[in-house]
Amino acid sequence: MTAPATSVGRGPRVLVFSTNAISDMGIDLAGSSHLDYPSGVEVIPVPCSSGINPRWILHAIRAGFDGVFIAADGPECSYLSDCVARTGHVVDQAQELLRQNGLDPSRVKTSAICSVCSEPFVSHMRQFTKALAGLASVPGTPSAVAAGAA
Amino acid sequence: MTGRKIGVVVCECGGNISDYVDTEKVRAAIAQEGDVVSSHVQMFACSDAAQQDAIREIREKKLDGIVVCSCSPKLHTATFRAMAERAGLNPYEYTQVNIREQDSWAHTHDREGATEKAIELARAGVAKTALSEPLVRRRVETLPQAVVVGAGIAGLRAAVALSDLGVSVHLVEKATAPGGQVARWGSLFPNDKVGRGLVDELLNEVRRRENIQLYLSTELVEKSGRLGAFDVTLRTATGAVIPLKVGAIVVATGFDPYAPSTGEFGYGLDGVVTLPEFKELLAAHPARLTYRGRDVRTVAYVYCVGSRETAPGSPRTYCSRYCCSATSHIATVVNGLDPSVHQFHLFRDIRTYGKYEALYEKALRGGSVYLRYSEESPPTVTEENGGLVVKVRDQLLAGEEVEIRPDLVVLVTGMVPRANDPLVHALKLPVGQDGFFREVHVKLRPVETVLDGVFIVGASQGPKNVAESVASSLAGVAKTGALLLKGYVDLDPLVARVEPNLCAWCDECTKACPYGAIDRVRQGETEVAEVNGVLCKGEGACVPACPKEAISLLGYSNAQISSMIDALVKEAT
Repeated sequence: MTAPATSVGRGPRVLVFSTNAISDMGIDLAGSSHLDYPSGVEVIPVPCSSGINPRWILHAIRAGFDGVFIAADGPECSYLSDCVARTGHVVDQAQELLRQNGLDPSRVKTSAICSVCSEPFVSHMRQFTKALAGLASVPGTPSAVAAGAA
Repeated sequence: MTGRKIGVVVCECGGNISDYVDTEKVRAAIAQEGDVVSSHVQMFACSDAAQQDAIREIREKKLDGIVVCSCSPKLHTATFRAMAERAGLNPYEYTQVNIREQDSWAHTHDREGATEKAIELARAGVAKTALSEPLVRRRVETLPQAVVVGAGIAGLRAAVALSDLGVSVHLVEKATAPGGQVARWGSLFPNDKVGRGLVDELLNEVRRRENIQLYLSTELVEKSGRLGAFDVTLRTATGAVIPLKVGAIVVATGFDPYAPSTGEFGYGLDGVVTLPEFKELLAAHPARLTYRGRDVRTVAYVYCVGSRETAPGSPRTYCSRYCCSATSHIATVVNGLDPSVHQFHLFRDIRTYGKYEALYEKALRGGSVYLRYSEESPPTVTEENGGLVVKVRDQLLAGEEVEIRPDLVVLVTGMVPRANDPLVHALKLPVGQDGFFREVHVKLRPVETVLDGVFIVGASQGPKNVAESVASSLAGVAKTGALLLKGYVDLDPLVARVEPNLCAWCDECTKACPYGAIDRVRQGETEVAEVNGVLCKGEGACVPACPKEAISLLGYSNAQISSMIDALVKEAT
């Protein structure tokens, strides 16, 4: 069996930070269950969402991602009992950085994704990409240049 | 270009990837990357033949990094790290890129998009590998000694099994006598063994063994040191302090039975008892069912007391699992004592899972009557004219109210976490939302905690029946034995590292680190932070705290993540 060759459009570019121990497994399960989500969604796994540097998020948006989604462990985190608060702080800092740089803070989202949260993950991706499609392109990024050329 | 010599293997996974991704196009695109000097497509990258090909390529082309684009890293990271080692390559200069679960299987209707994404993910893998560095696992000695905290059924079984493996055991019990909850119980399901008898059997085994030391009225109050060689301090009830050096810690502190508040389903009225109290009553009067000298002719059991609560903010939303089976079993015991005793079971759902379904059937055949109540309309227990009255709206009778006048009401109470704050504090044990100790993963690593060398077994981790507690206990023993008996352990080197030239010692990283893994050290004229690689858990909580970006995780450095982001958005060529 071979998949259709025609691209249905990759949609907005979304960078997902997942966690090695929990949320990456939930994202894996979405694929194992053949739950489709836009191929513009790409994942970088890290050990824990509390360790995400807000500056990585600013860098991602400036480089060309339309949005960044942190798939956190939430209260299930095995490292930190206050991981939710710490990850929330990372998101707050990232949103402030975006504001300072004239970027829409709604380009950053987070939610707890457990190791079997395949459907919630796909639902988040569909909603987030839809919301991002309604935002103007970030000036200077490849998608903005392409939009300008069109 | 960084001047590295990186090899890339793109796996077809027998069609699982190549049916949805043009793997040859991925290989051709990645071959154009500056640092890539070797690229191949394999039908199964994990097969022996493909691994041999990769090893030959690493050796012949003197590769200093390898990227395998295949399935989830959860499946084959260990496989390919071992392959790299066999080829003479540092295993931390290998990167696995997930183009199956997170690409081909997720975009089955978009071959073009999935192929573009695979190329981007592969580029990010190459970018990360180009900035990788050889890391060495730190080998530390492990002592063949363990401390087991709690001498209930799980702790006793763990001590005997560890002793059998050749691990010396310090078995520590806070109470004045060993045996925990089970020692107080009579006949237990599924095979009618008596709780006290089970405990005595294990205690005899403990006493026979020279390599088990039992400490009663003693608590573990301090822990320091590292995996394989912890310094542990015990304190007895008299205040005597006992220092120990152990390789691992097994926590088997069990549970507390839920204690209903006065008035909850009539608790406090004469004739209303909890399930553990009823078990003790039966154990004390095995020949005739009496309560305070009165014959008991009718018993009403009210299920799910202190379990499966739905009120907002309730900490007991979980099912305690053992109580349905225990109560069905108790009903068969009562039936055996006197078949003429009437037994009414007021339940929400019966969860006699697995083979325990047979107990439910046996109770039914013995004449037990089961009445289902709804969560919105729980039964009431009151006193009238010196007798108990239970009213319940039976769901099978379309909510019709049924009145029972029992001699005894048994509240089927669940399990709650023990109040163990000093132990939690001493061990820095992770606790879940339900208050029980938290494992790394409920299915994949059920007895391990994020604290290397500290294991949680039995009902300390969550509600369990005796058989499940013992199974969990033996799982903890297997993990402890595997850790200690080799004599050494290699620690994962993916921990935090400080770049001392960037560090201005502001103390933010020490405040962010929950494990006390960052020390303040002097470097020349200045003071800087330094990471203790044994204590660091590698979660990276310190990373966003550092205003100078002086601290980062090995394998997830600022430079690596930035370069991965750039690679992902790089225009396709």
